[in-house]
Amino acid sequence: MNRKKRISANTKDKIFNIFAMLCTAFVLLILVILFADILIKGLGRVNWSFIVNLPSRHPEQSGIFTALAGMFSLLLFTILIALPIGILAAIYLQEYAANNRLAKVVEINISNLAGVPSIIYGILGLTLFVRTAGLGNSILAASLTLALLIMPVIIVATREAIKAVPDSLREASYGMGATRWQTVSRVVLPASFGGILTGIILSVSRAIGETAPLIVVGALAYVPFIPEGPMDQFTSLPIQIYNWTSRPQQGFVTNAAAGIIILLLFTFLLNGIAIYLRNKWYKKTTS
Amino acid sequence: MAEELEMYKLKARDLSLFYGTKQALKDVTISIPPNSVTAFIGPSGCGKSTFLRCFNRMNDLIPGVKITGEVMIDNVDIYNDTIDVYAYRKNIGMVFQKPNPFPKTIFENVAFGLRINGETSKSIIQEAVENALHHAALWDEVKDNLHKSALALSGGQQQRLCIARAIAIRPSVLLMDEPASALDPISTAKIEELIHQLKKDFTIVIVTHNMQQAARISDKTAFFYLGELIEYDFTDKIFTNPSKTSTQNYITGRFG
Repeated sequence: MNRKKRISANTKDKIFNIFAMLCTAFVLLILVILFADILIKGLGRVNWSFIVNLPSRHPEQSGIFTALAGMFSLLLFTILIALPIGILAAIYLQEYAANNRLAKVVEINISNLAGVPSIIYGILGLTLFVRTAGLGNSILAASLTLALLIMPVIIVATREAIKAVPDSLREASYGMGATRWQTVSRVVLPASFGGILTGIILSVSRAIGETAPLIVVGALAYVPFIPEGPMDQFTSLPIQIYNWTSRPQQGFVTNAAAGIIILLLFTFLLNGIAIYLRNKWYKKTTS
Repeated sequence: MAEELEMYKLKARDLSLFYGTKQALKDVTISIPPNSVTAFIGPSGCGKSTFLRCFNRMNDLIPGVKITGEVMIDNVDIYNDTIDVYAYRKNIGMVFQKPNPFPKTIFENVAFGLRINGETSKSIIQEAVENALHHAALWDEVKDNLHKSALALSGGQQQRLCIARAIAIRPSVLLMDEPASALDPISTAKIEELIHQLKKDFTIVIVTHNMQQAARISDKTAFFYLGELIEYDFTDKIFTNPSKTSTQNYITGRFG
């Protein structure tokens, strides 16, 4: 009768330990398989000419230059649009707006927006920017769409970073006779800069990988020129990859794998920078 | 009347303060002479910190606070609508319970007040920072590390840095909210010594939980209980021959 209950706390601890380890191993295994698969398929194709070549009908001559150029143009305009609006909105909500029920409703809805599927933003962008505003299938229309997509993430991350600044610092500043803006600009923002930057980088690395909204707003699959202005048509690396994977020739599938490697490199790089900055800032503001 | 005008630096008359419907201060009236140290003592929650914060209108930052009565500095009512509260606060330095240096360099911490006043001259800032650090008895310890982070200093050094930051813009009043309660005895002794020195140039009001500290450093002591000013007199008198029994009970440790 009693035997079952005799499993000691120590044993339970061990069982849970093993279980947790298995879960972790499972996730890592999937990741490793994915990487291995991509690397085996695509690594041989990654070379300088793959990066600087224009797209072509022949897979072995095809490159990602226009896709990269499109991706960077998109990111540039997305950041230019989303950053100031997102950060200023977060500052307003956290430091200026009254702390009432309306503020709570706004806060909850911004968090909700951060969870809306990206295709919805694509449809919104198509209606609003491509059609109504008449921007067409341009970089600007796509950047505005991506900016809408990452703005909630920027606002949430910035607010969290600002919230983490202890009130004692604000009091010190007000006690010195600083105005609200002086307190925000000279004390709160510098103290939360690391957190804000981390949020921005993570949101940008999300924007890099987005495919669905770009398809909806009309990114082109085949662009043999690099964009020269915000009103030009464009393609982007995820679109290029998506396009290649749907082609029947084996060569294009290899190209897609190689493109994924490049895309992953950028995402890892951005996330790495974000982690580095976070650690650096954490040390600076706590030691 | 003319004599009275000169005699007091800070005054409060029938000051009441409400947090929503809860009354935290009840008709407090007090007159604080210049170039003196006045200690506010009393059990936790008696309103002494709240009262201290009326003198630089820091309670304005808390939503739902209502204040009636008058607070005067140099005979100007500071709750008057025409007062520019930001400009006014520059005349009142404040030091908080927990050292709260900005996550900036030592130099930039002390220069903060000058910079927000729009001072751009490097030499003026340099001189003011040096003076303030000398004044706060911190110069010798930090003179070679002015451009290192203030967060690398010890707690006691950080608190003296906060004092230097507060006095760098030459306020006439220094409010201290339990400035030594988070510090070890040696740092506390240094702060007390410093307060003694600073009395020459500033009117100091200090909130403290430590009655020995109040007895050591202050000229006058005010005892608060449940939002009321129970007794206010010379420190010697309060600690040797208080006129109210509740003051007597508190300083002899019978409650609080």
